[in-house]
Amino acid sequence: MLDTLFEFNSLDWATIILILIVFLVLGVLFTVGQILRRQPESTFDKAIIRTFNRRVGAWLTICVMLVVALCMSKVVTVVFFGILSFWALREFITMTPTRRADHRTLFWVFFLFTPLQYVLVGLDQYNFYTIVIPVYASLFIPARIAFTGDHKRFLERTAKIQFGLLICVYALSHAPALLYLDLQTYDDATRTHVPWVGKPTGLLFFFIVMVQVSDTLHFVWDRLFGRYVIAAAINPTKTWEGLIGTACSTAVVGMLIQLLLPNVTPFTWYGAGFMAILISVMASSGSMTMSAIKRDRGIKDYGTLVTGHAGVLDRIDSVCFAAPIFFHVTRFFLTV
Amino acid sequence: MKQITVPFLANLAKILSGATVRWVDCEPDICQRVYFANHTSHLDALVLWASLPKHLRNLTRPVAAADYWQAGLVRRYMASVFNALLIDRTKIKVHNSPIDMMIREIGNEYSLIVFPEGGRNPSGELRDFKSGLYYLGKKRPDLELVPVYFDNLNRVMPKGEFLPVPLLSCISIGTPIWLEPGEGKNEFLTRARQAVLNLKEM
Repeated sequence: MLDTLFEFNSLDWATIILILIVFLVLGVLFTVGQILRRQPESTFDKAIIRTFNRRVGAWLTICVMLVVALCMSKVVTVVFFGILSFWALREFITMTPTRRADHRTLFWVFFLFTPLQYVLVGLDQYNFYTIVIPVYASLFIPARIAFTGDHKRFLERTAKIQFGLLICVYALSHAPALLYLDLQTYDDATRTHVPWVGKPTGLLFFFIVMVQVSDTLHFVWDRLFGRYVIAAAINPTKTWEGLIGTACSTAVVGMLIQLLLPNVTPFTWYGAGFMAILISVMASSGSMTMSAIKRDRGIKDYGTLVTGHAGVLDRIDSVCFAAPIFFHVTRFFLTV
Repeated sequence: MKQITVPFLANLAKILSGATVRWVDCEPDICQRVYFANHTSHLDALVLWASLPKHLRNLTRPVAAADYWQAGLVRRYMASVFNALLIDRTKIKVHNSPIDMMIREIGNEYSLIVFPEGGRNPSGELRDFKSGLYYLGKKRPDLELVPVYFDNLNRVMPKGEFLPVPLLSCISIGTPIWLEPGEGKNEFLTRARQAVLNLKEM
């Protein structure tokens, strides 16, 4: 029993150093934010500083919780992501108009499919957790709604519930699933694959950090160099310069991390750069997609949906989109 | 036993309904109050009761129909947990109106939670208020009448369902109103209904 809660040796030095660097950077950003907030005659826009502080605060919270979970064990990490999923899904469905007849379908979505997905991830049942939501749940949802006899906006309601489950639960669950991969690494000298000596916690932490770096750099690139807006009706701040610049600069950060701490991921330095580009593009796509949904519903962010709530989905939308792709590409190239 | 089950039920209700409580120009207080709210779900009274500060919970009693809440073990137990003030609808007489019963029961100590629409409304639209609130205000002018608006709780547990779906909801508690001198019944009830509706927009 205790073994599932506490695993010793779940971290190696490379991961610990990466964690320390991340906390150092976040700590500096947090301090800067607090100092700027206290400037009486600030030359900066108050609203931007508030957004900045909120984001840094949210990321700091997520990172602290993630690190605590990672230090404990795989199972605890899976449970942590399960709770994030549950919370994101409830924000998503709260925002989505459903009808009275969808009630029991939603009950199964929340209390059967969401926990089941994470139980399967925790049991390392790759063959099941990759299909249980895309196949079983997406057939169950329309069928269950059809049985209630309410046909009004049928396809729309079905699609909304399926989409919420797919993004908030299925996609996100691929992040903790990284911990269960049996990875190899490519040895450039001998041109063969050899078993990887690092810890999978490092890989997961690297992934989360890259999404975070990508989000932050996007903000910076858009402010400093943004000229051509991608889709003003959906997100007036995201620009093409931001998208491309972010992908390139995230790649540089990824390669630097890999060169400085060779054991943190199983990738080669150019592999880390390529994965960083992939993460960055997926993360940007994720926040664009979620912005589109929010615009359609006429709300600014999930945090303001019901007054006082934190808006988990606002922070993790980019993680949700990047996780399955990162997982599958890693699995394709680096497992037997 | 109740020392364990009551906080457990209160926390469970709070977690399942994801309720945020907003006190809009109103603060928790031990003075005697009548919280009047829109009624959309069985969870209404439970969640409002659970979101009050602990010392107020013991002093606040939801008003409910006895014939409904005494049917079955679970309902009877729930009613006893919340110290609900059960009104026997079959025993209503001219000299023993529900208002008299309420006033007698609350004494100088308790506050009440009432739903002046008279029943749960599946459409979510606020119906016209029944006159009980007016008579409460008339017979006990010292009671603070506090409007409460429940948002989204009908989706958490709609009428006729027994299993909740854990969405997010919001409870807004607004500024107290009183019956103005010379104010008519309809006038007052419209104003009270509007006070609940206004909380939706705030």
